[in-house]
This record gives sequence, structure tokens and C-alpha cells, in this order.
Amino acid sequence: MTKKRQTWMGLLARAPSERVIALWDGIGKAPEFSWARMPETGGVMVRGRMGGTGDAFNMGEVTVTRCALRLETCGTTGHAYVQGRSRRHAEIAALADALLQTDEAATIETGLLDPLQREEEARRARRAAKAAATKVDFFTMVRGEDA
Amino acid sequence: MYVAVKGGEKAIDNAHAWLAEERRGDPQVPELSLAQIREQMALAVNRVMSEGSLYDPDLAALAIKQSRGDLIEAIFLIRAYRTTLPRFGATRPIETGEMRCERRVSATFKDLPGGQILGPTFDYTHRLLDFKLAAEGEAPQPAEEAEGSAGPVPHVTEFLNRDGLIESEARDEAVPPDLTRAPLELPANRALRLQSLTRGDEGFLLGLAYSTQRGYARNHAFVGELRIGAVAIEMDIPELGFAVEIGEITVTECETVNQFKGSKTEPPQFTRGYGLVFGQTERKAISMALVDRALRWRELGEENQGAPAQDEEFVLSHADNIQATGFLEHIKLPHYVDFQSELELIRKIRAEAEAYQAAQSKTPEAAE
Repeated sequence: MTKKRQTWMGLLARAPSERVIALWDGIGKAPEFSWARMPETGGVMVRGRMGGTGDAFNMGEVTVTRCALRLETCGTTGHAYVQGRSRRHAEIAALADALLQTDEAATIETGLLDPLQREEEARRARRAAKAAATKVDFFTMVRGEDA
Repeated sequence: MYVAVKGGEKAIDNAHAWLAEERRGDPQVPELSLAQIREQMALAVNRVMSEGSLYDPDLAALAIKQSRGDLIEAIFLIRAYRTTLPRFGATRPIETGEMRCERRVSATFKDLPGGQILGPTFDYTHRLLDFKLAAEGEAPQPAEEAEGSAGPVPHVTEFLNRDGLIESEARDEAVPPDLTRAPLELPANRALRLQSLTRGDEGFLLGLAYSTQRGYARNHAFVGELRIGAVAIEMDIPELGFAVEIGEITVTECETVNQFKGSKTEPPQFTRGYGLVFGQTERKAISMALVDRALRWRELGEENQGAPAQDEEFVLSHADNIQATGFLEHIKLPHYVDFQSELELIRKIRAEAEAYQAAQSKTPEAAE
């Protein structure tokens, strides 16, 4: 469960806010819930490693919005930590996190997770393909002694 | 006597209203949107994020708009905003080995696993003004695409490391010091230096890095690898008891391979400099790696040549353009009282000097 939950929370956090909101509105769900933690925006310090592999150092912060909520029907809790400052994005991510732990999971998977996953893969594939087209093919010129 | 004065409120209000009007420019010209700045001035946005020390492209775009394109002013706005944010915690260190590289070049190895990927670079352009951009035209043709694995590519230093040709990085998982939480104290360790450098002024670091190339603490750097791309940021969430990815950022990483260190007992090895910066910011990342390497003279047992780039106090105390501009620009603000005392002082000294001269010029007559 933890592994699956990590996967969907990551997908929901990485997705563009406007897509999360549009897809959620398309599902048309408005479950009753109460806040365990109201949406708030803060900073998270990003760390890097010296030489890419060594000791950690602090690079700078990133804006993150978080919230937690409880579904009224079953009391399931949903959490969200989402890059950026969109409270609505965080709220939807937390609602989705809660619903995905209930028997409504299938609706959220097909209506929200699957399209986000496909779009992320397409976005990544497009940029990877453009990068691949800029890969250098070296060739050796005919040298004097070969002629 | 200290005399407090008030005044200027009306003038200040009017100045700010005029600033707003000038910021907008000719109203016949369409207004810039934040999305336009974010998408079309992306490298300015990246610079503001890296030196503002806050990764948020929309906020950086807003700061650039508000500052009329004055990037240091924009960085100032981001730094000020940053201080209002509650700190939720820290990410796990990003794994640049897992980066989805959009650019990855090595100046040391021609044929390396993963290849040389140029990415969207200014390199090899002719640096001639392109007047086609002056005419509003259609969007450019989409760039070519090719088959290729999007998988992670290994770091160049790993190959050298395998043969023991380059020093390896220590890894002890200690919590690194944070100069936004505790004042910078010298001597600083490398973690603190790297934090200071990655948010430092690009121009200042470029000048220092260039000085090392010209011979002030030369360390003969090769760009072992320069890579740009997206990495996931992952954070441990205490209330959940596990880590989740909270987003994704683009970073630029530069690893330099520098001249050797060795002794009678230890065979010589290449040494390393490291640059890691938010966004596509390669000039800054290369500069950072060169300055990082120069600052490591003590731990590598090198001679202190007295070069500026080796002087930790000099580099770290002057790399921050917000500290620098704060102190520099404050001298244009009213210093009437300070100056009044200077005026009084110089008048007094002049009066004494004049009295002395007058006395001197009378002396010869008296002698006659």
C-alpha cells in the first residue's frame, strides 16, 4: 500500500495544477470532508550532494503547499505535499489520496491518475526525443595515410 | 544635536505612482503577462530563482515584471518573500545521477556512455542578431525528434573513480549547515561554501572563476561533465512515516576535473570542483565549480597564493548580491546628519589651517 500511495502522491504532486483541477472537475465529485490541516504554503529546503554523490549541502528552497483532510463518510485521511502555491491543487491531491484508499479508488484512477500518468509520459518522451536528436555523432575524417 | 526631520511623503507617493506608470511603459504596447515572461524569458527566470534561492518560476516571473527587468531588484523581492514562508523541512539530497538529461556534455571524453547531448544551447550559434525575431512571426518549426533512451546516464567522474584516478567524495549523511538559519561563520566547511556559492551573484562568481583561469590560483579545470535536466524532489513526511515526491525541478550540474594531488605514499589523483544551480544556468554552474575548487586549497594541502578566489572570507562575504546592493545602495539615502558632522569637521580643520597660514605669512614681516 505504501508503495502505491507513494506513486500516486508523487504523480499528483508533479502534475501541472491546471490539469489536476480540470480533470478533477471532470470527475464531478465533491465528497464531504473536514480539514485536519488547512492548505498552507511554505518552503522546503532542497539539498544536493557534493560531486553528485558526496555529503549533502543546502541549495535553496522550493515553494510547497500542503494540507490534510478527513472524509466525512468513512474518516479516511488524505495528505498532500505539492510543489507550488496552488491550494486547490493541494486540496484535490489530498482528496484523491483519501478516496484512493476507499472503494471509490477506481473512479479516481481512471478519471485522474491514468490521464495524468499518460500526459507525464508523453511530456517526458517528447523532451527525451528532442534531446536524443541533439546527440552528437562523431565521425573520423579520411586521413592522409589512408588515402 | 540630533534633529529628526520628517517629510517627503507626498513626493514618495508621487514617485511610486510614476514608477508604476513607467513600469507599464507605452499603454499602446500590449502588457507582458507572467506566462510570457516565464516561457520566453526563461533564463532570466532561472537566474532569479537561483540567486533568489527559491524555486518558483511564476513568482520569479512576477518579480521580473515588478522590477522592470532589474534582475537584482527581482532577486531582492524573491528573497524578501522567501523569509515569509514557514519552513516545512528539507528534501532528501537530489540524485543528479537519476536526472532526465536534456543537455549533457563532457569536455574530457568524446565517446562516453550516454553520449554528448547538446540540448537547447547557444553554443555553436553565430551570435549574429536574428532580425526574424524582430518581426512577430509564427511559432518556429518544432525541433527534430529521434529515438533515444530517456534513462539516466552515468556521471563521468564515476568512470575515473572506478580506476582510482580521481578523489572520491566523502559521504557521512550529516545534516548540512544552513546559512539562512544561522549567520555565516568562518572558516566555513564545504557544505556552507557551496550553499553560499549556489545563491551567489553570477557576475561575481564568473569574474572570480575567470581570475583562476588567468592564473590567480590556477587549478587547471576541465569540464568533466555539464548536465541539465529534471530531477525529482523527495521529502520524508513525518506524519505519514514514508517519503514522497513533492515535485520536480530543473537543475544544472557541473563537475570539473582538476590537477592532481598526491604524495610520496599516495599516487596522484585528479581533484574535483562542483557546481549545482537551480534552472538552466550553466555559466553560473561552471563558475561555481571553479571557485569551489579554488576554495579547497587548504583541505588539498595546496599553497595559499593569496589569490582572491582562494580567500574564503573575501569570496563568501561578497558573493551575495542582495547583501552587497543593500549596503551599496543605502549610501544614496539621506545621510544629512552624518554629512553635517563632516561639514562641521572640515570647516573647523580649514579654519585652523587658515589661521596657521595667516600666522605664517605675518611672521616674515615681524622679522624685518
